[in-house]
Amino acid sequence: MDKSGKTGNSVKKGISFLLARSRCGIQFLATLLTNIHLPNFFKGKIYQGSGKTVCVPGLNCYSCPGAAGSCPIGALQAVIGSSKFRFSYYITGFLILLGVLLGRFICGFLCPFGWFQDLLHKIPGKKFSTKKLRPLRYLKYAVLLILVLILPAVITNSAGMGNPFFCKYLCPQGVLEGAIPLALADSGIRSALGNLFAWKSVVLITVIVLSILFYRPFCKWICPLGAFYSLFNRVSLFQMQVDESKCISCGKCRKACKMDVDVTQSPNHPECIRCGACIHACPTQAVCYHYGFNTNKTKQEYEIKGDVKK
Amino acid sequence: MKESEKTNMQLKQSLIRLILLAAGVIMVLFGVLRGEAGIVLAKAIRLCLECVGIG
Repeated sequence: MDKSGKTGNSVKKGISFLLARSRCGIQFLATLLTNIHLPNFFKGKIYQGSGKTVCVPGLNCYSCPGAAGSCPIGALQAVIGSSKFRFSYYITGFLILLGVLLGRFICGFLCPFGWFQDLLHKIPGKKFSTKKLRPLRYLKYAVLLILVLILPAVITNSAGMGNPFFCKYLCPQGVLEGAIPLALADSGIRSALGNLFAWKSVVLITVIVLSILFYRPFCKWICPLGAFYSLFNRVSLFQMQVDESKCISCGKCRKACKMDVDVTQSPNHPECIRCGACIHACPTQAVCYHYGFNTNKTKQEYEIKGDVKK
Repeated sequence: MKESEKTNMQLKQSLIRLILLAAGVIMVLFGVLRGEAGIVLAKAIRLCLECVGIG
């Protein structure tokens, strides 16, 4: 490999390390920007500007007083469940764009509910592995298909409008970001909360307890947004890169991955949220982030170009 | 794997990405043109009763 190539690689690895190290700060900033209308928390009302025409990248309820944009999953159901349309080109196109540009980097760095689960998992106590629960990963695709795409389009009232089934029965963000802050500030909303709120509170408490015990249970098993983005992880411009000429197969990256991914075998696995735990764990700096159209260089490629000894 | 096969694979993946990006842009524009953005805004600026658990 020539000198400029080596310098470029070390710069890329330095940036990768810095990005992974700054993850918590970036998550905080992303959550703040997603919910920038902070005074609304005290007023007990939601932002009603035209900024809500556009969706935010992560799972963030649009009934949160501070929400600056729309929730992509809520918006998708709103269009599908409207009397005029049964499919949303606008939101699907938006999610395809984000999926290709960033993939599940959004889950790892930009999603407020992902950050919430990360913080809960930092609470000291016994932690459990989810490796034996891998089949539950497929549940989120069923949630996306049935609760988000099919039921709002199929089960409609006399006006031809469908319910947002995921938001109504399963999403814990509505209670966490919407119902709780609004009910605290507005007695009218507080008095209107009933059985549905009680059910959704049970869902939220369950997710909170599970998040303390397991790493990101909602992202792994339930989140329809994560399910959508995961479909694009392999073709996303934001990828994990493993320099096989440097990898010593120590397995430290696999052990460090809380999403149960082996980055050396499948760097762009649908479950990889680009958290960078493998970058930290690698003793030889063989793992780094890569952004762009050109795909990963493997050991074989380096050998072809004569960059490493066979 | 031969270098030509690798190059072909890279080209194929880049092409898939470009097609998906183009499809995304076209879908967004088409959605806006047929009035979906208005529905999103109308839903988002009102309190979502289902989301907060009122009904």
